[in-house]
Amino acid sequence: MAKAIREVYGTVLAELGEKNKNIVVLDADLSGSTKSGIFGKAFPERFFNMGIAESNMVATAAGLSTIGKIPFVNTFTAFLSTLGLIATRAQVCYGNLNVKLGGAYCGMSDAFDGATHHALEDMAIMRSLANMTLVVPSDAASTRWATQFASEHKGPVYLRLSRDVYPDLYAEDAKFELGKGAIVRDGNDVTVIACGLLVHKAIEAAEKLAQDGISVRVVDMYSIKPIDKELILKCANETGAIVTAEEHNIYGGLGSAVSEVLAWAGAGVPTEFVGIQDTFTESGPYKQLLAKYGVDADGVAKGIEKVLKRRK
Amino acid sequence: MMPLTKERTAELNELCRRFRIDVLKAVHGIQSGHPGGSLSVCEILTLLYQELLNVSPEKADDNDRDRLVLCKGHAAPMLYRNLIEKGFLPKDSLGTLRRIDSLLQGHPSNHIPGVEMPSGPLGIGLSAAQGMAIGLKLNNSTARVYAVLGDGELDEGTVWEAAMSAPKFGLDNLTAVVDYNKVQLDGTTNEIMPMRDIEGKWRAFGWNVLRCDGNDIQALYGAFEKAKNFKGVPSVIIADTVKGKGVSFMEGKSGWHGKAPSDEELAKAIEELGGEN
Repeated sequence: MAKAIREVYGTVLAELGEKNKNIVVLDADLSGSTKSGIFGKAFPERFFNMGIAESNMVATAAGLSTIGKIPFVNTFTAFLSTLGLIATRAQVCYGNLNVKLGGAYCGMSDAFDGATHHALEDMAIMRSLANMTLVVPSDAASTRWATQFASEHKGPVYLRLSRDVYPDLYAEDAKFELGKGAIVRDGNDVTVIACGLLVHKAIEAAEKLAQDGISVRVVDMYSIKPIDKELILKCANETGAIVTAEEHNIYGGLGSAVSEVLAWAGAGVPTEFVGIQDTFTESGPYKQLLAKYGVDADGVAKGIEKVLKRRK
Repeated sequence: MMPLTKERTAELNELCRRFRIDVLKAVHGIQSGHPGGSLSVCEILTLLYQELLNVSPEKADDNDRDRLVLCKGHAAPMLYRNLIEKGFLPKDSLGTLRRIDSLLQGHPSNHIPGVEMPSGPLGIGLSAAQGMAIGLKLNNSTARVYAVLGDGELDEGTVWEAAMSAPKFGLDNLTAVVDYNKVQLDGTTNEIMPMRDIEGKWRAFGWNVLRCDGNDIQALYGAFEKAKNFKGVPSVIIADTVKGKGVSFMEGKSGWHGKAPSDEELAKAIEELGGEN
C-alpha cells in the first residue's frame, strides 16, 4: 500500500480533533492542498482560515496556545519556514509555546510550481531554533504517529510533510519514539541515514547494490531534533561509512545534524551528503526533478559508491 | 457608564508620576533602554493594570483573567513597573533591568510573572492578542484582551494582516491601543513613514475606532469603557500621546527613543517630575 502523506495527516488531524476539543487548526488559504480542510469540514468552529497571511497565522496560533488550545498551523513548507518565521522564533520558540507547525509540500514535492515553492532550507531553519522539535515522517504509519505525537507533546513541534505518495514502510502498529531512528534495512558495508522520501530511495538503492554484493544498512531518521546520537555512532562504528540522504539543501539539514554527532564524538568516518547541492531548483515532473538534482535511488547509489571508494 | 472619581484619577496620576521616575532611574542605572516610548505609554499601561484589568498574582493562571500584550515591547520598563505595583514582581526588581542573570529582560518574555507573551520584534503582538481573543471566545469566557501597539510599529505589514482578520472573527473582546506619539527611532512618523489617515485606515479594515488624549487618565478611561461596550467587531483606540511625556527635554524628541539619560539629565528629569533624587 501507498498513501499520500498530506491525506494521512489531514485525516489523523480530524480524528484527533474528535477526541481532543482543544485542538484548533489554522490555514493560510491552502487547506484544500495541505488537507487541513478535512479537519475544517468536521469542526468548522475550530478551524480558522487566516487568508494568505503566514506571519499573522503563526502569531495567532501563539496566542491561542496561551489559552490552552493546541493549534496546528498549516501552509506550504516554503512559506511557513520563511514568512512564518518571526512569530515562530520570537513567540512560539522563545516562549516555548504549545504550537504545532505542519509544513506541507516539503522538498520538491510541489514539483511544477518550481524553485520558489520548493522547500530546501526549512530543516536548517527550524533545527536552529531553541525549544523546537523536528519530525519527518516517512510513510502513513509514521505520519499517523507524528501527528498524534505533536498533539500530545508540550511545546513547539515542526512536522515536515510531503505532498507525495509514499509506500508503506512500517506496520500499522509499529512503535515510534521521539529522539529515535529506525534501522529499516540491515547491512554491514555502509549506512545510509535518510529521512522522508529519501528513506524509500535509499532502500531502492540498497536493493540494487545488493546484487553487486554491497551490503547497505538504511536508517530512517524520522526524529531530526532531538536526533538519535546512539544509533548514529553505532552505525558509524559498525559499518565504517555513512551517507546522509535528504530532500533538502546539503547545508543545515539531516547531513549536518549527523555530522555534528560524529564530530562531537570524535567518531568521524567517510561521509557523503546526498541532497540538493546548494542550488536553486526548477519546475518539472517530480520524478525528473529528483533525478536531475540527484535525490533519487541513483543519487543515493552514487553516494554509496563514492563513500566506499573513499574508505578503501 | 460611571466616570472615574476625581480621587481615583488623582491616585492614578500620582502613580504615573512615580512610575516615570522609577523607569528613568532604571534605564539610567543600566545606561540602556527606551525612555521615550515608556513615558508616552505610561497612562495607558497604568490605567489598564492598576484599574481595568482583572489580573493578580493570586489568579495568574485563572482562565478568565484579562490579557495584555505589550506589542511595543521596548516599553518593557513601564510594563515591569506596573507588574511590580500589582505584586507580580519583587518591589526592588526594577534595578535589575537588563542586567545579567536578571529576570527583567530588555524586552518582555513570558517567563516573567505577569507577562503573557514575548514581544520586542514589532508587528506580531496584535496577532497573538487576536489568538487569545479567539481562544477566550471558544471558551465562552468574558475576559478581555488588550494589545498595546506603537505607532512606528504600524509600519509592519503583519499589523495590517491582523487588522484585516480580527473583525472577520468578530473579536469584540479585543481592544487595541495605538500609543500615537508620532515619533519613532529615526525621526517623526511623518518623516519615516507617513501614516496619513490613521483612523480611516483602521475603520476601513472594519474596526470600531475611538480617539482620545492618551496621556489623560479620564479620557482614556472613557475610551476603554466605550470599547468594552461595542459589540460585533474589535475596537482600536488611537491614543494621542507625547513621546517622553513629563520630561521637557525628552518630549517629542526621537533622540530619546533608545537613549539613557546621563546623571545630570536624570536629576533634571526627576526634578521636573516633582520627585526626590
